[in-house]
Amino acid sequence: MRVLFKVYRYQPETREDAYFDSFEFDAEPTDRVLDGLNHIKWHLDGTLTLRRSCQHGICGSDALRINGVNRLACKVLIGDVGSKIKIEPLMGFTVIKDLVVDMDRFFSHYRSVMPYFVNDEAPPDRERLQSVEARDAYDDTTKCILCAACTTSCPSAWSNPDFIGPAAIVQAHRFIFDDRDEGSEERLAALGQRDGVWRCRTVFNCTRACPKEIQITKAIGEVKKAIVADRS
Amino acid sequence: MMSIHEHTFDAIVVGAGGSGLMAAVYLAKQGSLRTAVLSKLYPTRSHTGTAQGGIGAALGNMGEEDHWEWHMFDTIKGSDYLGDQDAIEVMCRESPEVVYELEHMGLPFSRTEDGRIAQRRFGGHTSNFGEAPVRRACYAADRTGHMILQTLYQQSIKHDVEFFDEFQVVDLLIEDGSCRGAVALNIATGELHIFRSKALVLATGGYGQVWEITSNAVTLTGDGLFLVARRGVPLEDMEFYQFHPTGIRRMGILITEGVRGEGGILRNHAGERFMELYAPNLKDLASRDVVSRAIYKEIRAGRGINGERYVHLDATQLGAEVIENKLPEIADFCRTYLGIDPVTEPIPIQPTAHYAMGGIPTDVDGGVVGMQGEPVRGLYAIGECACVSVHGANRLGTNSLVDLVVFGRRAGIAMAEYCRGADLEPTGEDPAGRSREELEALLSTAGKDGENAAEIRREMKELMMDNVSVFRTDELLSEAKVKLEELRERADRIAIDDPSRAFNLDLTDAWETRGMVELAQITTECALNRTESRGAHSREDYPDRDDENWLKHTLAVVRDGASEIGYKPVSITRFEPKERVY
Ligand SMILES: Cc1cc2nc3c(=O)[nH]c(=O)nc-3n(C[C@H](O)[C@H](O)[C@H](O)COP(=O)(O)OP(=O)(O)OC[C@H]3O[C@@H](n4cnc5c(N)ncnc54)[C@H](O)[C@@H]3O)c2cc1C
Repeated sequence: MRVLFKVYRYQPETREDAYFDSFEFDAEPTDRVLDGLNHIKWHLDGTLTLRRSCQHGICGSDALRINGVNRLACKVLIGDVGSKIKIEPLMGFTVIKDLVVDMDRFFSHYRSVMPYFVNDEAPPDRERLQSVEARDAYDDTTKCILCAACTTSCPSAWSNPDFIGPAAIVQAHRFIFDDRDEGSEERLAALGQRDGVWRCRTVFNCTRACPKEIQITKAIGEVKKAIVADRS
Repeated sequence: MMSIHEHTFDAIVVGAGGSGLMAAVYLAKQGSLRTAVLSKLYPTRSHTGTAQGGIGAALGNMGEEDHWEWHMFDTIKGSDYLGDQDAIEVMCRESPEVVYELEHMGLPFSRTEDGRIAQRRFGGHTSNFGEAPVRRACYAADRTGHMILQTLYQQSIKHDVEFFDEFQVVDLLIEDGSCRGAVALNIATGELHIFRSKALVLATGGYGQVWEITSNAVTLTGDGLFLVARRGVPLEDMEFYQFHPTGIRRMGILITEGVRGEGGILRNHAGERFMELYAPNLKDLASRDVVSRAIYKEIRAGRGINGERYVHLDATQLGAEVIENKLPEIADFCRTYLGIDPVTEPIPIQPTAHYAMGGIPTDVDGGVVGMQGEPVRGLYAIGECACVSVHGANRLGTNSLVDLVVFGRRAGIAMAEYCRGADLEPTGEDPAGRSREELEALLSTAGKDGENAAEIRREMKELMMDNVSVFRTDELLSEAKVKLEELRERADRIAIDDPSRAFNLDLTDAWETRGMVELAQITTECALNRTESRGAHSREDYPDRDDENWLKHTLAVVRDGASEIGYKPVSITRFEPKERVY
């Protein structure tokens, strides 16, 4: 099929303003949107710049706005979005070049929730036991690939860059609901702060944007409840 | 001109996949050492995250007996007796302990009914020295690699590891038999940084991008391998490259062996379970080299689906519950990319370039060794870019993840020890000079007439797929050798489009392309040289294993653009080479 890619461009070393570039070419409906972008970069215009790596929805490099919706370019097929495809960088971050954004703030929010396992007791010789049910309690949030599709679709995060955002809460959830972990008091205190979970207005954009189909709004709700329970 | 920045550390880790992060955590735990991790990708983007099926350890959690000695035997047999038995013993003995350690770091393994780490079957893993399949692969659904990568990155944060994200190493400062640091490109700015160190470990992963159909990320371009080769360090056993039997047709995306571990079956056009013919005992769970060859033979005999170049992986008998709970990512891939439901329809698959058994020669502590077995002081290598050799001529599934953490840990400990006793060695004048010249020259081609790097990659990938893959002959390999020489010359004339400094991936793509052609050449020359069939290296003109002449490792060192080949003996401690049948 014939496709028209309209791609956001920002090349600060050669031109001050951002603009859109159009590329028309033949593609298969079963090609990924990423294949289309690679085609442009490899054969039409080598200056087009985007992050990409695994190409099958695991590494989280290529979250982009595709026809206005946050998605991984490697997890959407051209046939599923149609012949006119508009590609823009994630919203709310500073653009470095074309589709590449500065992720520093995103990762510093992530780091602020103590995103690591805490348990200072001496471990047993073998594994710590965990029941199938206890393992299930946080299964959903272990799937997060830190692609930022959720955080950059959240109106609260757009209006307040200090809001830690859904991705960081998802990461915290993964530990708070892991019955082997003992760091939650501190984690919940951090999440209960002004720019923590309470900035979430349950708009559900994050849940819709997640390429791993994590029930993010539900997870945030569970964290809110845990904070309240912790306080009372 | 590019501006240059300078840093000094005790230890440097290049690469932030499972192996690099494990080494980094161990270096950080030593406290007083200054350690930096350099990675061309954000750590969590590393390809370890895509590993699906499991990590092998003889825990015996499933009500079946298991022993590390059985794991050792399976690994040696899987390696077609080319793996070094002393190193394999270290790996299999330590794997239960490291798997428990990962659990203690919080890794969310799937669980058995009694709360232990869940285990599944995988190809080539057996009980009692080859008798019957055993459940040895410890897993977290089909996201085992994702959980390992996340867990180790989390631990790095906990231990305050210093990261230089999106820094691509473009040269190694190796002088007079010692490594004194590296030169890296800060991708975000286009500036060069000199990193001086006492000890440096390469953990840069594989080079599957050399082939057309591959399970490897576009960023797996073998940088660590061609960087050491350019500095006169040999590469070991480069002719042994694994094709995984089950990649999604045309795309190469991996469908884990775990599908067959859970009961999936390979079928040809007639719906026949053809593995019964090729491996009567283990059938679909035979070693990967055996299964990939069987698929090629079925296709050649016209028994591919509709006579085409693919067969079916049938998982329909597993039932919805097993697929949704134990293989959810696989189900998602099938639905997203193929528009089929694996619960009710078979998956179209073909062998896909997957794993480098060969690589940078090391001892069991990750220390790099040269042509005569002499150590390269201060240089270490771990993970897929290294060759210890624990995988020999063919790796068993689940053994790479074990390799990453066992040898990542050992290298971290050994490097810390080395740093305490070593001084920083001086570097020559203008250590970044070579890289600056190379990159400035490439940048100056921007907008000029020249060869397109993507076109060179495409031709190389097709050539390697047709001539240097599952079945090889003198004729195919010789032809590849000539064509690769032409591609190498053309790669010298690459012209890029992007003249800018910041985030110039056009530049790094071109630079990686040159390195990949060099690796394709080394692989081909080693394959041409080895006139026997062993493991993944299958020569139709020399169909038998030849222990008398070839029970030895290849070492290839590049001199004046050609590979000079030497050998080193295989360590055989407990299991004498035997005929290999499954
Ligand atoms: C789809 C798939 C499934 C798999 N499943 C399994 C499994 O179930 N079990 C198993 O045992 N094995 C499996 N494997 C194999 C295993 O996952 C890999 O061999 C292993 O993860 C490689 O890890 P690594 O640490 O060596 O490198 P990687 O994880 O590949 O990381 C490489 C790192 O090096 C960095 N890097 C590269 N070049 C440079 C440079 N020039 N400068 C700076 N940094 C650089 C990258 O940024 C990255 O951080 C699978 C592999 C694939 C592809």
